[in-house]
Amino acid sequence: MKAAIIRFPGSNCDQDCHLALREMGVEVDYVWHKDTSVAGYDLIVLPGGFSYGDYLRCGAIARFSPIMQSVKAAAAAGTYVLGICNGFQILCEAGLLPGALIRNRSLHFICEHIRVRVENNATAWTHAATQGQILRIPIAHGEGSYTADAATLLELNQHRQILLRYSDERGEVTDAANPNGAAENIAGICNAAGNVFGLMPHPERACDPRLGSSDGRILFESILTKIGARKAA
Amino acid sequence: MKAKVIVSPKQNILDPQGVAVRDAIRHHGIEGVASVRVGKFIELELTGAVEEKALHEICRDLLSNPVIEDYHLVVE
Repeated sequence: MKAAIIRFPGSNCDQDCHLALREMGVEVDYVWHKDTSVAGYDLIVLPGGFSYGDYLRCGAIARFSPIMQSVKAAAAAGTYVLGICNGFQILCEAGLLPGALIRNRSLHFICEHIRVRVENNATAWTHAATQGQILRIPIAHGEGSYTADAATLLELNQHRQILLRYSDERGEVTDAANPNGAAENIAGICNAAGNVFGLMPHPERACDPRLGSSDGRILFESILTKIGARKAA
Repeated sequence: MKAKVIVSPKQNILDPQGVAVRDAIRHHGIEGVASVRVGKFIELELTGAVEEKALHEICRDLLSNPVIEDYHLVVE
């Protein structure tokens, strides 16, 4: 069992992801964006950061990196692909996830701990959580407002592809608990097949109580037990 | 030859930048501006060998994101 972390020029959460996975007992490799193969990996992580300086649109240029052809092929073959923050933006730009991430409605870059509610715990990415569990995880983004047309939102709801929504500490999904103006408070979605997951919050920054929260581990526990890298708790 | 591309947010997409600019115009004391949309202007210098079909491909796949943006291409 091996995980790959894709490094784009401007990725800056690659080491955090590496540490989080390593501490959970996973063998992790960095894969440079100019490489052309992610064959042999069970989990591919697109970390956060500012790939290509966020030029044009966040993730727009990273999408055309040589490695992305292989990531697309792996995703189509069922390999688990996780996109965090800028990684989520890249997955949307690449068409591996529907919708797009636009400028926060406040126009501010927001860096703070928020809460998300687990909307569907019957997935590879969330099964270690209880349904409706509230996770405290930081966000750090300027363009994290999820948007999609009405038909796409309906489909995401119908297929239970919305895995996380911003909520308050009681688990209420309210506008006040929506940090960036995301449609329907969406913080994270998966594709129809369930093997590609993108989210704006940073679970890798919430894997140690010394960092203020270890709730992010629940998401990593889920996928790592799914692919056999860890035993179920 | 040049290709000029205007990329603008779709009408149904919230454009907080546009709202902030509209508010700034009002604070500046000028009335009569109902709304503002902020987009991008991109100019491509061509060698002449690029087909219009290929230009549209560039606009659709790279310069704009069809989920949130429309583009307008002019070759001159």
